[in-house]
Amino acid sequence: MDTIQLAHGSGGLESQQLIRDLFFSAFDNPVLAGCEDAALINGGQLAVSTDSFTVSPLFFSGGDIGKLAVAGTLNDVAMRGACPEYLTVAFIIEEGIKVNTLARIVESMKAELLITGAQVVAGDTKVVPRGAIDQLMINTTGFGTMINDCNTRRITAGDHVIISGSIARHGACIFAAREEIGIKGLSSDCCTLWPAIAPLLEAGLGIHAMRDATRGGISAVFNEWAQQTGLTFALHQDEIPVSSEVRGFAEILGIDPYVLACEGVFVVAVAPSDSAAVMDLLHRHGHPQAALVGEVETTITAPAVMLHSAYGTRRRMEYPCGEILPRIC
Amino acid sequence: MKAADSLLQMVRNSDAIRAFARQVEIEAASLEKPLRIMEVCGGHTHAILEYGLDQLLPANIRLVHGPGCPVCVLPQHRIDAAINLGQSADTILVTLGDMIRVPGSDGISLQRTRAAGGDVRYVYSPLDALTVAAEHPDKSVIYFAIGFETTAPMTALLLEQALSRQLSNLFIHCNHVLVPQAMELILTAGGAVDAFIAPGHVSVISGINRYRSLTDNYRVPVVIAGFEPVDLLDAIVRIIQQVKSATAVVDNAYRRFVKPSGNHKAQQLVDTYFEPHDDFLWRGIGRIPGSALKVRDLYADRDAEMQFPELCPAAAEEKPSNCLCGSILMGLAQPTDCPLFGSGCSPQNPQGSCMVSNEGACAAYYKYRRTS
Repeated sequence: MDTIQLAHGSGGLESQQLIRDLFFSAFDNPVLAGCEDAALINGGQLAVSTDSFTVSPLFFSGGDIGKLAVAGTLNDVAMRGACPEYLTVAFIIEEGIKVNTLARIVESMKAELLITGAQVVAGDTKVVPRGAIDQLMINTTGFGTMINDCNTRRITAGDHVIISGSIARHGACIFAAREEIGIKGLSSDCCTLWPAIAPLLEAGLGIHAMRDATRGGISAVFNEWAQQTGLTFALHQDEIPVSSEVRGFAEILGIDPYVLACEGVFVVAVAPSDSAAVMDLLHRHGHPQAALVGEVETTITAPAVMLHSAYGTRRRMEYPCGEILPRIC
Repeated sequence: MKAADSLLQMVRNSDAIRAFARQVEIEAASLEKPLRIMEVCGGHTHAILEYGLDQLLPANIRLVHGPGCPVCVLPQHRIDAAINLGQSADTILVTLGDMIRVPGSDGISLQRTRAAGGDVRYVYSPLDALTVAAEHPDKSVIYFAIGFETTAPMTALLLEQALSRQLSNLFIHCNHVLVPQAMELILTAGGAVDAFIAPGHVSVISGINRYRSLTDNYRVPVVIAGFEPVDLLDAIVRIIQQVKSATAVVDNAYRRFVKPSGNHKAQQLVDTYFEPHDDFLWRGIGRIPGSALKVRDLYADRDAEMQFPELCPAAAEEKPSNCLCGSILMGLAQPTDCPLFGSGCSPQNPQGSCMVSNEGACAAYYKYRRTS
């Protein structure tokens, strides 16, 4: 690796290598080594997560960069089992962007913050010369008070695995918009997940881990979980919710929907005795398509994510790798 | 999209798949000897592995994977030409996504060429190269054309439109390869194949008659198949039936898209702008006469190989490798037989042709079957 390529940012194998080889080796400490969406600090009382957002186009069906920057970071805080309360926001702005455009984005962020009641408590603004970045980048850092620590280490064999909604909608929508592929009905799932997480945490259920399936899609989440736990994830292909639009889009371009990003879908590993209760709460709190998609198993040879078909075959669900590219035919 | 999805629900119906698998089992029970069936198309290889269809077959039916990935069979010097054209300051290289990750002889891919400042773009339709050429009149825009018979008509159309729009800065680097010639080579050069599943999309363009010389001269059944689980299982049933009745004919099991005579308009377009390449080198296999297309001499001013000879190296013999790609492409070995599979050779660090592109047999095994 002598040059950074786009693949290093796509949330798959190359991203993981870069993070491990460069960043983790330099900044190593026990909190960072946890490798969770949000870190616990202050004696375990405070969850913190940071994320930078760049998306082209800035406005897309179902959202915009501002909504994404608020929801994305607060979702990461919530995934740890914490109530999102505070946010810092840094804008890096390309010279020449219209103030109106920026104002629309800020309004959208304000509206998204109302869902959790989280407050922006610090911020920063930088303007860079034209061409230095593509219009706008936003970094947000979120803070939340811990309620029930959900983390990968708690996942055990026998756990049930639930996906909260139909997958790959954000990735498909952005891919289609960026490449000007006109497919009707594709819309991002970008949303704040706290209204669904709060009742799950309040109910005191045996939720072991949660992860929002952003960059790298559900494939990245399950493969990271498999690697970190040494366990095997057995998923039932027909149970994984995929909308007709996304399935058609993925099929035409020869892209695997499992590696496409979601921005409002999360994955839950839960004690089997509580999976029905989790499903029921998700169905009642805005996620009617939540589905029980599989189980966690002990590993026989090497940890893996296995996809089982309804007709009796199985195959690996591969860790995302490289840029997402369509196939020839 | 809803219509596409409902078609998929039909051809991927679990009960239908189970029923076809049962039919294969019944038919195969009375076979006198085991069958080795080769699918020639990378799309088929991908589908077999993705759906796990080989797991549904009885022990006496073995699927072997042919040279069906047009990127995998590209020799090193052609990939080097793409990289040279991508690196040059005065050119923009346009190609399909499959090419982006393939490493050239010094390990540099188009992806890395782009990261180092080369202007490399991938497109969904070759016609997108017209826009690039129109927007950059000061640059030479080279469309690096890859694929079998399926994608060749679109390249021909690109050339036709570039000519009619007088876009004098658009050039074609032609690497289209032809399927029947490769199938014939496998039979004559000692490949271990009892029957072929012939490619569906290629046949949509070229029709079914071009496989007749194989059935007539080599007595090998050829069944043209689609890409869904039921299509492939249906083709296997038809092959077993042919073998049991000692017939060898071209059977079209993909009638929903393949017409016997193919697509005339597409064939005419290809014939207008391209002619057979007399001596094309296939990576892992060797030279096969008439097995590829080149831009006709009449349009040599649009042929990147003629116009940029200094950036397009001549064919060189392959460096010896201890991987089994050659045997895999001939149906003599499976990817998992190779000592390098998964250890020295992976999609991130491919050693042989079958691992370089997603469509290659080793890449498909790595993606869906790797056990460690």
